[in-house]
Amino acid sequence: MRENLPKSWNKKALPHKFCPGCGQSQALRILGFALDELAIQDKTVYATDIGCSLLSWNLFNVDTIQTHHGRATPVAVGFKQVRPEAVVISFMGDGGGYAIGAQHLVNSCLRNDPITCILINNANYAMTGGQLAPTTLPLQKTDTTPEGRPENLFSRPILGPEMLSEIAAEDAYLARGTSFDIENCLTLFKKALQNQIDGRGFSFVEVLSACPVNWKTNAKGSIDFVNKMKEFFPLGEIKIKTNNKL
Amino acid sequence: MTKELIVGNQAIVQGALSAGAKMMTGYPITPSTEILKFWAEECLKNPTLKLLQTEDEMSAGFAMIGACLAGIKAFTATAGPGNVLMQDAFSMAENMRLPTVAFIMQRGGPSTGTVIYSQQEVNLTCFGGNGEGLRIVYSTSSPQDLYDYSIKAINTAWKYRFPTFVLADGYQAKMLTAVDTYEPKEKNIEFIDSMPYLLNPNKKPGTYVNLRNTFNLEEELNSLISNHQKAFNDFSREIIEFEDLHTLDADLVIFAHGIVSQAAKEAIETLRGKNLKVGLFRPITLSPFPKSSACQVVKNKKAILIAESSLGQFASIVKNNLFGTNSLNIEYILKPASAISSEEIVQKVEQILSQKPA
Repeated sequence: MRENLPKSWNKKALPHKFCPGCGQSQALRILGFALDELAIQDKTVYATDIGCSLLSWNLFNVDTIQTHHGRATPVAVGFKQVRPEAVVISFMGDGGGYAIGAQHLVNSCLRNDPITCILINNANYAMTGGQLAPTTLPLQKTDTTPEGRPENLFSRPILGPEMLSEIAAEDAYLARGTSFDIENCLTLFKKALQNQIDGRGFSFVEVLSACPVNWKTNAKGSIDFVNKMKEFFPLGEIKIKTNNKL
Repeated sequence: MTKELIVGNQAIVQGALSAGAKMMTGYPITPSTEILKFWAEECLKNPTLKLLQTEDEMSAGFAMIGACLAGIKAFTATAGPGNVLMQDAFSMAENMRLPTVAFIMQRGGPSTGTVIYSQQEVNLTCFGGNGEGLRIVYSTSSPQDLYDYSIKAINTAWKYRFPTFVLADGYQAKMLTAVDTYEPKEKNIEFIDSMPYLLNPNKKPGTYVNLRNTFNLEEELNSLISNHQKAFNDFSREIIEFEDLHTLDADLVIFAHGIVSQAAKEAIETLRGKNLKVGLFRPITLSPFPKSSACQVVKNKKAILIAESSLGQFASIVKNNLFGTNSLNIEYILKPASAISSEEIVQKVEQILSQKPA
């Protein structure tokens, strides 16, 4: 039986600062279990983006660095180059990974940097109060798309891991889970981290995550919303194109 | 000590090596690109050195921060629009007091401008970012300076833990000349060791470091910045540097920094040959600025002449620091993105000194 809270969580930082019902805090809890089960707490460096993810700056009893918007990945890359024995995690939102910092995610994957990137996809920019994100669903209403996100060829939610699968090295690891499915998400996190520990290269997990405050949903509404997201964002490990051999 | 025939960009790499730098991050941009190239050549010779050519200057700045957090001496180099993009990283380094080192090889601006030469990145380098400009900025004037201040900047950054810059330009970058290279210990230069901010092997087991860039309360950030400012002011006296040439008996003092100070020195030789009493005050640290020495130097002078390859970025800093000294006659040579020759300076000084007092 698993404890309620991960051993690697910093109990002094509790209660955490995420909104009630937020999927990100659940994803971070799952990440904590992954650190516990792999026993890597003392060799992990956790770099976080800003946006809601900044709230996790002291959530873990691991060495952490709260960076700047979109820039968790380059900080992680720089650190890992110097300290290859460390397990380095770059944690970001969908803005940090797919918009303001998209170039870093793409190029880190292209270089096959041996770091683990975790991205929270909640279909909106949450910390700023719910604006259009690259992951916003067609017709989804946000602050900046009051009539819903236009539904056309040039306005589709981004498929991050699938996009990276076009350029990822054969030994990289790409997956998508949801914070509602704890056991599955934990497996994906552990496999991603193990990929780094084994020196195989880049790993990336996108996590579909509820944002009840900005979605204006109750518990059932949040589950329904995430289920709808799954129609656009297929769950599971994403197969890397076989011609990407090094 | 060895004499080497090298360009400025090469002198930077040699100096960085002597100071113990282990990693360079960067994105190619003229006129700083060769620094990456020369560093890559050093990496071939020494496999413990690292080079990360990033996807853009933001990544170069932040990857340098990652390397510093990991405990090695890392540096980057850029110019013009690259310097603009890198301000995000420098701002974060300022917030967290991280020992970043950047070589800024100024080119013409605004925007893409020219790839050649300018002194228009003074404001950006000294005050860029949404902060207070708590940065150490050395303005060099030659490839020899680039070697010397490469060593100094890296030591200063790790000793005082503020973002540190060497501000040069395309002329210095590309100039081929003899440079004296040496090991810091030959000159009794204190060698400052680096150490990790995160995963420090010496930290107490079971303790963790959580570094933050975001604050919840006005008071928290206000007190952090006040502490930073106090620390910066406390050590400023230890690092302020300037060059003073013939100012004691001078009627007119030229204020110039960087490579323009070389033209000023040549002009002063000519002018002294014509019995005109002219001196030079060249701040080497633009930040922290040698305020008290500058104020001392201008006392009882007929005029000062501020010469720079910009519309007045350096002049603003000078005047800000001289404020309240006396009612000075201030003259200017302001040539954005263009070189300033010694002849121009001679002509301007002769014109100023021939004017009858009003």
